[in-house]
Amino acid sequence: MKNYNVIEVENLTKKFGDFTAVNSISFEVKKGEIFGFLGANGAGKTTAMKMLIGIAKPTSGKAQVAGFDVFTHPEDIKKNIGYMSQKFALYDDLTVKENITFFGGIYGLSRAKIKEKRCELVEELGLGDIVNELVGSLPLGWKQKISFSIALLHSPTIVFLDEPTGGVDPITRRQFWEMIYKSANNGTTIFVTTHYMDEAEYCDRVSIMVDGKIEALDTPKNLKEKYNADNMNDVFLKLARNSS
Amino acid sequence: MKRFIGFIKKEFYHIFRDKRSLFILFGMPVAQILLFGFAITNEINNVDIAIFDKSNDATTQEIIHKISASKYFSIKQHITNEAEIETVFQKGKVLAVLVFEKDFKKNLTKENSAKVHIITDATDPNTANSITNYISAIIGSYKMEINKNVNLEYQIETKSRMVYNPELKSVFMFVPGVMTIILMLVSAMMTSISITREKELGTMEILLVSPLKPFQVIVGKVIPYIFLSIINAIVIVLLSIFIFKMPIQGSLFLLALESVLFIITSLSLGILISTVSATQQTAMMISLMGLMLPTILLSGFIFPISSMPLPLQIISNIIPAKWFIIILKGIMLKGVGLAFIWKETLILAGMTLFFIALSIKKYKIRLE
Repeated sequence: MKNYNVIEVENLTKKFGDFTAVNSISFEVKKGEIFGFLGANGAGKTTAMKMLIGIAKPTSGKAQVAGFDVFTHPEDIKKNIGYMSQKFALYDDLTVKENITFFGGIYGLSRAKIKEKRCELVEELGLGDIVNELVGSLPLGWKQKISFSIALLHSPTIVFLDEPTGGVDPITRRQFWEMIYKSANNGTTIFVTTHYMDEAEYCDRVSIMVDGKIEALDTPKNLKEKYNADNMNDVFLKLARNSS
Repeated sequence: MKRFIGFIKKEFYHIFRDKRSLFILFGMPVAQILLFGFAITNEINNVDIAIFDKSNDATTQEIIHKISASKYFSIKQHITNEAEIETVFQKGKVLAVLVFEKDFKKNLTKENSAKVHIITDATDPNTANSITNYISAIIGSYKMEINKNVNLEYQIETKSRMVYNPELKSVFMFVPGVMTIILMLVSAMMTSISITREKELGTMEILLVSPLKPFQVIVGKVIPYIFLSIINAIVIVLLSIFIFKMPIQGSLFLLALESVLFIITSLSLGILISTVSATQQTAMMISLMGLMLPTILLSGFIFPISSMPLPLQIISNIIPAKWFIIILKGIMLKGVGLAFIWKETLILAGMTLFFIALSIKKYKIRLE
């Protein structure tokens, strides 16, 4: 299962005028992998991710996501990926059920399919009582879980998570990573950005972006050895310090 | 298509669950039209006046009787000396004082001329003007009456007829204006706010990553407001017909078409605003200050464009509302057909295309 690439990026570059936000990055992500995409704020990871999910056009380079070219088939990519932003964006004035129905609907799921998925979710997350409540009244941890589940609703090949654990407590974060592991085990590829370095340890492989370039890419274990560091935090600091 | 229906349904949830937007959508039009219709008026009705009759003879009595018999004035008090004139004005009891000179009747019959003095409180110049005109008209008609049997040579008689709004009801003037403002408010402000809200919440990003195309997202957001604006337009027209007895002279069908055109103009403005503002607050400020204010002040709704200074007259041409008010007055009051308002229609359509093109351009830049 894990031997073919669902993301292939070669010399991908994005320029805004004179400023090069993403400078010729290359990497692959295998199916079912949890790929950590790390970098300081402004290192270019959001821009890189936007190119991969089809909402920003690369300046040059090549990239394939879920088997489709980002230049020519961004619309096909969109059908095959899930996306969850750091805002856990759901509609606060809609109930959990209505949110599920809406997002299922825009991905073209049939009514029966949506209902089936919803029942699955209710059971898995223990949503029983709150499924008819407005999302706005729920605590952040719930929003995060529901937001993630909604990103997976249409069974995407890859799910992109943009800082998915911002602002939630350690226990909830832990639970959230369990959800991530579970879907990775089911064969979904996880592409996750984060700035919690302890979370980087949970990834199969991580890349670290500094000033628009990928400075390091390997398993957390290998990276720690290579940079002679105790944890990912040290690895990150060493890399970031070298740049400036 | 099914995706689309789900999208529109969601949009209606947003609208119906937000009391504030519900109020703006349905409370405002009714409140505004009633307010403008009843409270704000240029007409004079039952204005209190005082009489200072120095001669107190049959003729002055007759004139006073005519004035008090009209529905425009009621005689509040009779005063007996000059000093009192100042006092009654200062107390704010009356808006006008009518002074008949001494020996009014005698002068009239012996010297063929008698004088009556109309003094008005001009703190409100428009009202003062109207009062003077109304009183002069009443006295004028009395003069005609007593001259009926006398044959004067070389007399020029002016006869005026107010067409399209013979009773000079100000509500007829306000209805087109209020309708314009409401449609602008609902369409431009509400859409720009609802689009920026998605941006602010981060759901816009989710929608853009979904298989929905950007234009589908925008159209999906806009359709509910087209629908609600049409309902608003219908409510306003019904209110003005049934409550204010405003006749719609022209074709209702043409009125509907032109309204839809203006709704689309305003929506495209709303979309344009949403492309340049990142937050709901910004969108609201731009809509209110940049759109509503010029619309109210420069569209000819309240202040006639012809009496503005030239630079403002030129600027007024870029206000879509100006053209729509001309169209509305044409259809509602004059009963004209498309043959007379095609120019204004074309201008509105052109503006709409321009705004849409500009929004698409701005939108693309954002996506790059």
